[in-house]
Amino acid sequence: MRCDETPDLIHGYLDGELGLVKSMEVEKHLRDCDACTQTHEAIRSVQSAAGHNGVRFDPPANLEKRLRSALHRENEPERKSFVVRWRWIVALTSLLIVIVVGWSITANFIRSSESELLAQEIVSSHVRSLMADHLTDVPSSDQHTVKPWFDGKLDFSPPVKDLSQQGFRLNGGRLDYISHRPVAALVYQRRQHSINVFVWPATGAPIINESVFSTHGYNVIRWSNGGMAYWVVSDLNLDELRQFVQLLQEQSQTTS
Amino acid sequence: MPDQTKVVRFEEIALPHLNAAYNLARWLVHDDNEAEDIVQESYLRAFKFFGGYYGGDSRSWLLTIVRNTCYTWLQQNRILRLAEPIDDKLDEVGVDESDPETLLLQSVDAQMVRQALQALPVEFREVVVLREMEDLSYKEIANVVDIPIGTVMSRLKRGRARLHALLTKRTGKEASIAVRRNA
Repeated sequence: MRCDETPDLIHGYLDGELGLVKSMEVEKHLRDCDACTQTHEAIRSVQSAAGHNGVRFDPPANLEKRLRSALHRENEPERKSFVVRWRWIVALTSLLIVIVVGWSITANFIRSSESELLAQEIVSSHVRSLMADHLTDVPSSDQHTVKPWFDGKLDFSPPVKDLSQQGFRLNGGRLDYISHRPVAALVYQRRQHSINVFVWPATGAPIINESVFSTHGYNVIRWSNGGMAYWVVSDLNLDELRQFVQLLQEQSQTTS
Repeated sequence: MPDQTKVVRFEEIALPHLNAAYNLARWLVHDDNEAEDIVQESYLRAFKFFGGYYGGDSRSWLLTIVRNTCYTWLQQNRILRLAEPIDDKLDEVGVDESDPETLLLQSVDAQMVRQALQALPVEFREVVVLREMEDLSYKEIANVVDIPIGTVMSRLKRGRARLHALLTKRTGKEASIAVRRNA
């Protein structure tokens, strides 16, 4: 064993990291070599100095208790689940808002598109009645002739008003088929313009406010009143048509 | 309750190493209060990852977490300075045969040893602490510090040499600082 390789081995020897054979070699060398013995003593003195009990730091007495309570606090399910639950509440609320807003937008869209479709159907029916020269089944300007004519043909009795004095002559009535049901069509005339008034029992929430559609040069006004849905269609200008609608509403209010 | 048994099991495994954990933290961060906080943080962290502990050397496992937490703290506080390049020749532990008093380090008081050890660069300090105070094997130190065993040995050798030099200096035996140059 050479002295220049011994110091590394002495560290290992003192640290108990050498095998039995190497340890015995080191011991033998130390017995023969003063210089290496000195090194050995120096390392041992450092070891014992650093390993002295007064050198290490002991934890404060309450640290273990503090750790235990911190661990138990960390492990408490309530605290955790409160945060988790709160997150869930926020997430679910957001989701709910998205669903409600989305649903109402979609529902509005569907509702309005339903009305649009119905308006198209009304216009088509109006045009067809003019083309086929089948404007009236019961040609009469007398409301007391027209109204009873519907009896037995419909499961409801449409209000029929004479508005001749106001410039809207009643031409008669007709059965028509709108929105998968038979409906009453009342035909009025303003100068050369025919006005079809479609009436059937209203379903769902009453639509108090009028809605106005304009399509293909025709104006359509809808409203509901007294359990009846009214759709008025004509190529008459909108101002006069509104006036007609207003008269119709006033008349039905005064008589009913 | 399985949660409750988890805490109890963790305490049984981790709390016996509290002294070693605190001592290492205290030597690395050099402050009582910080060491306490770091130990607590380390234990909570260890508890969090306790599911990933499948037996084995629980002391090395815990001390690794303590050491990592200390280094994070040192880096955050920019206290970490890497060891300056060292002349290896000066790091050989040796003694001048003519002065037997240099061997009497046992007589220096603990406070002096603490000051000398604290003066060591942290890389040397941690291996000396783990070896001399916690009695860890080279392999265990290698695991905790995450370095090869050869590096453990060279750092330990250098650390001891520096410590020896500092202690002989402080005991007033400056003339006897023995640097043995291998012929």
